[in-house]
Amino acid sequence: MVEWTDQERTLIANIFANLDYEDIGSKALARCLIVYPWTQRYFGGFGNLYNADAIMNNPMISAHGVKILHGLDRAVKNMDDIKNAYATLSELHSEKLHVDPDNFRLLSDCLSIVIASKMGYDFTPDLQAAWQKFLTVVVFALGRQYH
Amino acid sequence: MSLNAKDKSLITGIWSKISSKAPELGAEALGRMLTVYPQTKTYFSHWADTSPGSAPVKKHGAVIMAAIGDAVTKMDDLVGGLSSLSELHAFKLRVDPANFKILAHNIHVTIAMYFPADFTAEVHLALDKFLQNLALALAERYR
Repeated sequence: MVEWTDQERTLIANIFANLDYEDIGSKALARCLIVYPWTQRYFGGFGNLYNADAIMNNPMISAHGVKILHGLDRAVKNMDDIKNAYATLSELHSEKLHVDPDNFRLLSDCLSIVIASKMGYDFTPDLQAAWQKFLTVVVFALGRQYH
Repeated sequence: MSLNAKDKSLITGIWSKISSKAPELGAEALGRMLTVYPQTKTYFSHWADTSPGSAPVKKHGAVIMAAIGDAVTKMDDLVGGLSSLSELHAFKLRVDPANFKILAHNIHVTIAMYFPADFTAEVHLALDKFLQNLALALAERYR
């Protein structure tokens, strides 16, 4: 089981308390598809992904980015048992969606960068450490049921 | 994933934008890396203080960022241009090349924090490719 310090719990709770899902979710997914174009393989039915502008302005991608970001909510609500909280989602990503788990790491990195852009100096090293630890745990849980 | 003309243009563009703050950005990125990825501190056991903002971190962050800035001018032949730095890293420093990726991520985070409007997805893409190629050139002499 993952050990969280009180400081880490507070830092993570604060990020979610002030999170603009519409803004951050859409930007993070769009950035991932642009910076790591091979991730577009999972979005064949999402319309125009022809260039960066098309991706940034694609409403289906925006909506999906928001949906993915809300997927983190269950981790915040189950900090002490993230592995089990994501068991069914992990199976979904493996058996139905067939997503290579390395993509979760790529999206996590983009998410951190988008949040850093928004928060500027408020994104302190300690906050980055807690946030990235949180994402690492979620990413691990999402990959856990692959076989 | 080699650099095309557009990548090169975006890289020189963003670098000229950030170059006046390069020492500060380098210190910030290095300090962050040491905090967020504590395993990287193993290379700095000879420093009294590895915390962000400390004297050795500031000094070394500036050195690293200056070297990256120099590599920007040698974009067309990174392997040739970085051969002596590669020898240094291969035979003396022996930094595991996995750490180059970690530092690159922290450079992206730092630039995103300081220059959010300029660090667009396309600039991020170009810089990521450049830093990957730089890492490869740096690891060239490893084995």
